[in-house]
Amino acid sequence: MSNPAGLALRRSGELFAFSLDALRAVPRRPFQVREFIQQAWFIASVSILPAALVSIPFGAVIALQLGSLVRQLGAQSFTGAASVLAVVREAGPIVTALIIAGAGGSAICADLGARKIREELDAMEVLGIDPLQRLVVPRVLASMLVAVLLNGLVSVVGVTGGYVFNVLLQGGTPGAYVASFQALGQVPDLVAGEFKALVFGAVAALVACYLGMNAKGGPKGVGDAVNQAVVVTFMLLFALNFVITAIYFQVVPQKGS
Amino acid sequence: MGVAVRVEGLTKSFGRSPVWDDVTLTLPAGEISVLLGPSGTGKSVFLKVLVGLLKPDRGSVWIDGDDLPRLSERRLYEVRRRFGVLFQDGALFGSMNIYDNVAFPLREHTRLSEATIREAVGQKLEMVGLTGSERKLPGEISGGMRKRAGLARALVLDPEIILFDEPDSGLDPVRTAYLNQLIIDLNQQTDATFLIVTHDINTARTVPDNIGLIYHGKLAMFGPREMLLSSTEPVVRQFLNAQRIGPIGMAEEKDATDLAAEAASGAQLPPLPPIQRQLQPSDGGTRRAERTPGEWCRGHGVIPPAGSFTEPPRTLVQVTL
Repeated sequence: MSNPAGLALRRSGELFAFSLDALRAVPRRPFQVREFIQQAWFIASVSILPAALVSIPFGAVIALQLGSLVRQLGAQSFTGAASVLAVVREAGPIVTALIIAGAGGSAICADLGARKIREELDAMEVLGIDPLQRLVVPRVLASMLVAVLLNGLVSVVGVTGGYVFNVLLQGGTPGAYVASFQALGQVPDLVAGEFKALVFGAVAALVACYLGMNAKGGPKGVGDAVNQAVVVTFMLLFALNFVITAIYFQVVPQKGS
Repeated sequence: MGVAVRVEGLTKSFGRSPVWDDVTLTLPAGEISVLLGPSGTGKSVFLKVLVGLLKPDRGSVWIDGDDLPRLSERRLYEVRRRFGVLFQDGALFGSMNIYDNVAFPLREHTRLSEATIREAVGQKLEMVGLTGSERKLPGEISGGMRKRAGLARALVLDPEIILFDEPDSGLDPVRTAYLNQLIIDLNQQTDATFLIVTHDINTARTVPDNIGLIYHGKLAMFGPREMLLSSTEPVVRQFLNAQRIGPIGMAEEKDATDLAAEAASGAQLPPLPPIQRQLQPSDGGTRRAERTPGEWCRGHGVIPPAGSFTEPPRTLVQVTL
């Protein structure tokens, strides 16, 4: 397989097969509750703070970008609406995805990669334990759960950041900001955002696990795998984000259209 | 009680580079076998194919009625529990201490109470001489200790087949001697089938009941130790006596011109050294698979090198590794 296109195609196929195998292992008993909780706690602990810190300026930037424009149009009271729309629909899931992939996924990939080259995974298989069920499934589920929760956090912090910026620095009125929340946004936006986060969490963990478990060539191989995991996840997430958004606009009627 | 492993026509390659092909051998039940070979001949790959971690291109691995490469995933995991494997560096789980590592298979596969588990783990750890190190993490102990802890973990489910991937690599000669003695004693106690992959000649000459040699992508020879130790086949003779003269070269095999030059210079292998006696169990008993020294040679009309089997068996009084 010297042909790079062929190689990429084969790797994609393997990743897909790996994901299906992981999906099939989800209902298999015994459920790894302990591992799931540990992983969820771990991913949450490495991602909450960066997620919050990223989403504050994100909300502020949106308020900043819109601030002068809407003032010229005389639509200042809609800053809140735009901020909610941008944060809940797009920024929330994307920030969540970046943090989950960058902080959670890279850690998962490094962990599994190190286990792979130390032959721990082989040892586990020989002891009659399927690493897919024992290690991958709890990580994927934990990543999905944390992504959903993190998306909620990012949305709240982002909107709050926009509020603070708009009210304190741009002279917007608190009442107008809050009152316009419902002008463009609607509940399905939040549902769609959470759904995106769920998918992104699963993809980030699956890619990280797949690349980690296929690391080879010693410590350098683990480094390469982590690097690839982050890059591949980012690319997949942005592509998926586009697809899901496009479908969402087709399926759910938008306000004001 | 051990079970025989029947390997038939096993062939493995990575991409276009073949590792070995058409390997056929039977690991006799309850006996210790050693698989030898120069570095890079795919001995560890062979081990991984045996336990189903790698799929062979062709061929079968029969254990009772199960052909490992053709089993369903679920059945493969069941059959694997009959194996105990000691990996090169022990392959301990880095996040768990020694005790949890050894207890891991029991906790995953059985519903034993913690008290029972503690007893079983304590017994295995004592067997390998690691009592007192239970709370240490794999990163905090030496390579030899990791290996022994890995062995304790491999033994904890009472496997019928035990595979050792280079048990002597990275160990000093004294520790290697202790480990070899431990292997003999374990075989006496458990009657499991053993396969040791190594390139340590001393281990190969004194420990096993059977020896196999992989060379140049083929199984050059497999049979009772006396057969190989008295063999005049050039490859077997060169390897088992660690000589430079013979078909094995520094890189891989020597080419025809090198061999011709060697023959022309009149270089000859030294005479075969005497065959040492096999290691005996340390309690003075006998193993079920043990044969009387010289039995094979007498039965096959082979005259062993002068001085064979005279050296008194080296027994260690007490095994505390």
